[in-house]
Amino acid sequence: MPTPYKILVVDDEPDLQPLVLQRMRRYTRRGLYEFVFAHNGVEALEVLNDEGDIDMVLSDINMPRMDGLTLLEQIPSVDPNVRSVIVSAYGDMKNIRTAMNRGAFDFVTKPIDFEDLKITIERTLRHMEEWRDALSSRDKLVALQNELEVANKIQQSILPTEFPKSSDYEIFANMEPARDVGGDFYDVIRLANGRIGLAIADVSDKGVPSALFMMSSRTLLKGTAVGVGKPAEVLCEVNDMLCEGNETATFVTVLYAEYDPADGKFTYANGGHNTPVVVHADGTSTLLPLTGGVALGVLPGIPYRQNSVTLSPGDTVVLYTDGVSEAMNVNDEEFGLDRLCQIFESSPPNDAQKANRMVFEAVNNFAGEAPQSDDVACLTLYHRGRSS
Amino acid sequence: METTIERENGILVAKASGRVDGSNALEFQDTLEKSIGAEDKVVILNLGQLSYISSAGLRVVLLIAKSLQSRNTEFAVCELQERIYEVFQMSGFDQIISVHKTESDARAAFNG
Repeated sequence: MPTPYKILVVDDEPDLQPLVLQRMRRYTRRGLYEFVFAHNGVEALEVLNDEGDIDMVLSDINMPRMDGLTLLEQIPSVDPNVRSVIVSAYGDMKNIRTAMNRGAFDFVTKPIDFEDLKITIERTLRHMEEWRDALSSRDKLVALQNELEVANKIQQSILPTEFPKSSDYEIFANMEPARDVGGDFYDVIRLANGRIGLAIADVSDKGVPSALFMMSSRTLLKGTAVGVGKPAEVLCEVNDMLCEGNETATFVTVLYAEYDPADGKFTYANGGHNTPVVVHADGTSTLLPLTGGVALGVLPGIPYRQNSVTLSPGDTVVLYTDGVSEAMNVNDEEFGLDRLCQIFESSPPNDAQKANRMVFEAVNNFAGEAPQSDDVACLTLYHRGRSS
Repeated sequence: METTIERENGILVAKASGRVDGSNALEFQDTLEKSIGAEDKVVILNLGQLSYISSAGLRVVLLIAKSLQSRNTEFAVCELQERIYEVFQMSGFDQIISVHKTESDARAAFNG
């Protein structure tokens, strides 16, 4: 039997320990996780030193003796391979940002939603495994191909595989990596009042530096989305942060949207990314107007604009990367937006996963024997609407 | 992909043809960086024969634009085919890099 992952929980609240043990009982019993506890940063560092085999740290921010942000700074000197997740007050953007800058992999907000925590733990551990794997294969790096594998692993580890859903909506997303180019990613972020943040993005270029740029894009986007809210402001903030010290001119095109299941309001901002498509219940499609923003990481201080539409019950939003629209067939023709809209003409989707699968099938059928030269990513949101 | 370099009346014109994607973007970058010297005060990138540019290729154009800007060298791209122009438009690069329809337009902009 494999040894359980060891997770160090750091919080000065005495109630948290029994709560974590109770809510995570299922996983500790099955030998998946083992929890150890500390009450402040100083104790946490002692535990990290003494135990020597902690995989992940889940830490509160405000604690006596040493706070969580200081702890984050200290962890790498004790064990650089430990991944940290921070617990913060909802919308505490300043601390979340500082935590991300100090290397936190992710964060969860108070009061802790244990379902969300479970998903975050799984994702963090998966990422840590990929990372350790990547490091060991990077040591043995002999060819570019290996480096690309490392980048692909980092990319795969940040993509969510579970999506929030309710009776009002469904979300699904998928990515098929190209053999030697990796840059696409997506994220689905739970926001206040049941709203959902949706992001799809494409990082220029390939290789490990781009994969690391992708990781910071994703964490900054998530942190900002929770703290700031408005899509245009989110892109502004993330852009400014990505521009800092970006010597290699790496950039990322992003479509970030905020969706409110209650009234179907869909507000989006574009940073150099492809046009979102809305497929209606009758099979017709609308291309949403672009908001004219520049790709992120290019120029600091530039403004981004946002636009809102109200989805009708039965509408499906299709977000995608240029791997879809620019997929080539053997005759050197592009897939294009017309073909994307045609997919749904005779069979309007009523299911996010099915709609998603239809896009991939159509692109793969179109491409045929032609080699896939770019990642293909697609995120679909089906708005069922509230039955009243 | 092929890149040719010409110098005329103090203007450097780089012409790229074929496809620039992840597989040859570094080569593209290398050629441009090696060809452009400190003495070049105006650089025009003629993409008339370019049929495809991926984001990796755009990154190279951006990198060149930024490094030229930092040493006060004028830079423009021109002769973009429709598909390439659409890529520039969508990524917002047409807002931060001067784009001219023809090479003579670009030359005129710098000579005037």
